[in-house]
Amino acid sequence: MIPELGHFALIVALVLAVVQGTLPLVGAHRGHAAWMAVARPAAQGQFVFTAIAFACLAWSFLVNDFSVVNVARNSFSRLPEVYRITATWGSHEGSLLLWVLMLAFWTMAVSIFSRRLPEDMVARVIGVMGLVSVGFLAFLLTTSNPFLRMVPPAAEGSDMNPLLQDWGMIIHPPMLYMGYVGFAVAFAFAIAALLSGKLDAAWARWSRPWTTVAWAFLTLGIVLGSWWAYRELGWGGWWFWDPTENASFMPWIAGTALMHSLAVTEKRGAFKAWTVLLALTAFSLSLLGTFLVRSGVLSSVHAFATDPARGAFILGFLAVVIGASLALYAWRAPKMITGGQFTWFSREALLLANNVMLLAALGAVLLGTLYPLFIDALGMGKISVGAPYFNAVFVPLMAPVLFLMGVGPLARWKQASLPDMVARLKWALAVALATGLLLPLTLDGFNAWAALGFFLAAWIALAVFEAFRDRLRHGQGRLPARLAALPRGFWGMQLAHFGLAVGIAGITVVANYETDRDVRMEVGSHTQLAGYTFTFRGTTDREGPNYHAARATIEVSRNGRQLFTLHPEKRIYNASGMAMTEASLHPNIFRDVYVALGEPLDEANDVWAVRVYHKPLINWLWLGALFLVVGGFLAASDRRYRLATARAGAEPGMAGKALGAQA
Amino acid sequence: MKRWLPLVVFLVLVGFFAKGLFLNPREVPSPYIGKPAPAFSLPLVGDPARSFSPADMKGQVWLLNVWAPWCVSCRHEHGFLMQLEQARVLPVVGLNWKDKEREAAALLARTGDPYLAVPDDVDGRVGIDYGVTGTPETFLIDRDGIVRLKHIGPIDGTVWQDKFVPKLKELGA
Repeated sequence: MIPELGHFALIVALVLAVVQGTLPLVGAHRGHAAWMAVARPAAQGQFVFTAIAFACLAWSFLVNDFSVVNVARNSFSRLPEVYRITATWGSHEGSLLLWVLMLAFWTMAVSIFSRRLPEDMVARVIGVMGLVSVGFLAFLLTTSNPFLRMVPPAAEGSDMNPLLQDWGMIIHPPMLYMGYVGFAVAFAFAIAALLSGKLDAAWARWSRPWTTVAWAFLTLGIVLGSWWAYRELGWGGWWFWDPTENASFMPWIAGTALMHSLAVTEKRGAFKAWTVLLALTAFSLSLLGTFLVRSGVLSSVHAFATDPARGAFILGFLAVVIGASLALYAWRAPKMITGGQFTWFSREALLLANNVMLLAALGAVLLGTLYPLFIDALGMGKISVGAPYFNAVFVPLMAPVLFLMGVGPLARWKQASLPDMVARLKWALAVALATGLLLPLTLDGFNAWAALGFFLAAWIALAVFEAFRDRLRHGQGRLPARLAALPRGFWGMQLAHFGLAVGIAGITVVANYETDRDVRMEVGSHTQLAGYTFTFRGTTDREGPNYHAARATIEVSRNGRQLFTLHPEKRIYNASGMAMTEASLHPNIFRDVYVALGEPLDEANDVWAVRVYHKPLINWLWLGALFLVVGGFLAASDRRYRLATARAGAEPGMAGKALGAQA
Repeated sequence: MKRWLPLVVFLVLVGFFAKGLFLNPREVPSPYIGKPAPAFSLPLVGDPARSFSPADMKGQVWLLNVWAPWCVSCRHEHGFLMQLEQARVLPVVGLNWKDKEREAAALLARTGDPYLAVPDDVDGRVGIDYGVTGTPETFLIDRDGIVRLKHIGPIDGTVWQDKFVPKLKELGA
């Protein structure tokens, strides 16, 4: 009964989405107030019914209803409760339902926080989001129904993929989807602006906080995925340039470019067409990511839905949504009169350079990800593009972006003074250069990549310091009060930039100075790595809720002093028979000591292949990413957005006219 | 007309994706072609007392179709296999791969059984010998028990005409 209720709720949601995607748009076009007014209730109703459907599926998982195909395939009666709930989005169908739920959630958020926007704008934004929702709901209902029953019911489920039984995986997909789908808001704002023909700067201001929040969620989602892979895949890597990772990274790069370009469009009225195009691109790449992952077009460890019918549906949908929006863009582009003159050395110019290089990096990732497909489709053979390509192309393209990050926030709009900038930043440049050149020498000899990484990290961090000094120069009062008076937008930006510096330092150190060893260990034997001594004390059997494990005890000491004990496990999951390596790690701010149990070499005598890793500064990577996320949320909560929307609401169109006059 | 450029680039991409949907990224040249089909002996679904071994098929050109009741693409392929069976083109043996829920017998009884025999590879070991990475996969095996062709993904009329028919002509079957 509950699954049927969920199925029915999903159908109702589709009907509401159709209403939401048609009447308000037509109403906005014809100036029909009553039709436009349908937007909000339809969006909120759609959210309620999608939430009911999601809850029904979660319930079916929770009570082990194995008559539901999706539950039988992805859950197991002895799976711990929390994983039974997260199994809801562990399958293809479930994760799409989560996608739709997130979209409905964002639409509802727009319907609530848009009280002060012009009614036709709201109607168009919500209408566009409704159309996107129609596509996904139809996809769910026609090709991927999560509520499908089977007769007779399965006696037992086939278990959730053990890799996904980890708390990083519990929150990774929802955060990632919050980000992916969040770009739908910026997309809908851009489309609404194109449709209305009112391509002033107002839409840029409205979509800025939404874009920043979506970006922060996406950052969090990507980092959680990376952190999960690091701990769970058992070989200590944290980024693999896997097609699925790239699928989430490409919208992130586009979103980063969009955030910066929106700043220019809002403040100076410049780059209008470019910003619109980026808003379309960011969400298009989210859809593309969904297509790549869900259709199995690219071989990837994640592509578990290799079904041509599903792939064809998403591709058709993709073609309609992206094709139509790009055609709309091409049609309306001549109406976008860009304003705001600026010279070659100004904040606008620096942000433009940032955008161009980010897009070049995006293109490089896109090319690398799709290259195997191109070659295959042209009948030129089967190849795969691996990490060496991405590292070789991505790092050189990003280095200039990171360098400009130090200069951009200090530059003035319109026209900045180069001599003044040099005077202010020459000490930072000198210190950063010295750090880059000398620090590697103290570690492990000179290494150009390490030098570049250290230079950039130091440069960005020092530029953040300089930016604060600049802002505080003319203030009055005590320092804490002056710091507190700085706007949140400024804090958010600087925190995010500083987070990037911390992250780059972490990446540089872990990539250049990590060490590992693959050793055969018998009870009582030792191995040494990075000054630590690892002593293998044998394994014991351990029964988990849905697996049994060999649990090793490895004592770690340094200079004869016992420090801590690690317990890596080798698990065999009962239902699937899958073997899993559960690494054990001891973190601190300077390094992780990471131990993974390999294969048993001699079970009778308890001899194992063991891998030990020393990962210096790896945690700076997660810490830096956390700063990015917090910085994003902080910037989005800046009070001037609330003031700005209030003003725009009071005098619709005024902001646009003012900027138009400026231009 | 640079404003049309994004749309043009996107349409070219769509073309590649459309083609990509019908390619299989996992289909790499199989090392099994031209080698004897790995031997095995497995009980039959529905009649565990009897067993099947590739040696039973000596002297015939036949297909080994690796499938599973939980496999969505196999259901798409099922209709075509039924046509092959009805037209008596050649014998098809359906290796039932990793059917942990024991659904094969009921499913075949309900939807029709295109197979001469259905060996039951419940733990997937025979699948490993054949280098199976997913279902469905199909091997064309000749009179001497040599693998002549491997196809990854569902077979339909087009795949059959393009890939299997020429090979069958070559083998004189």
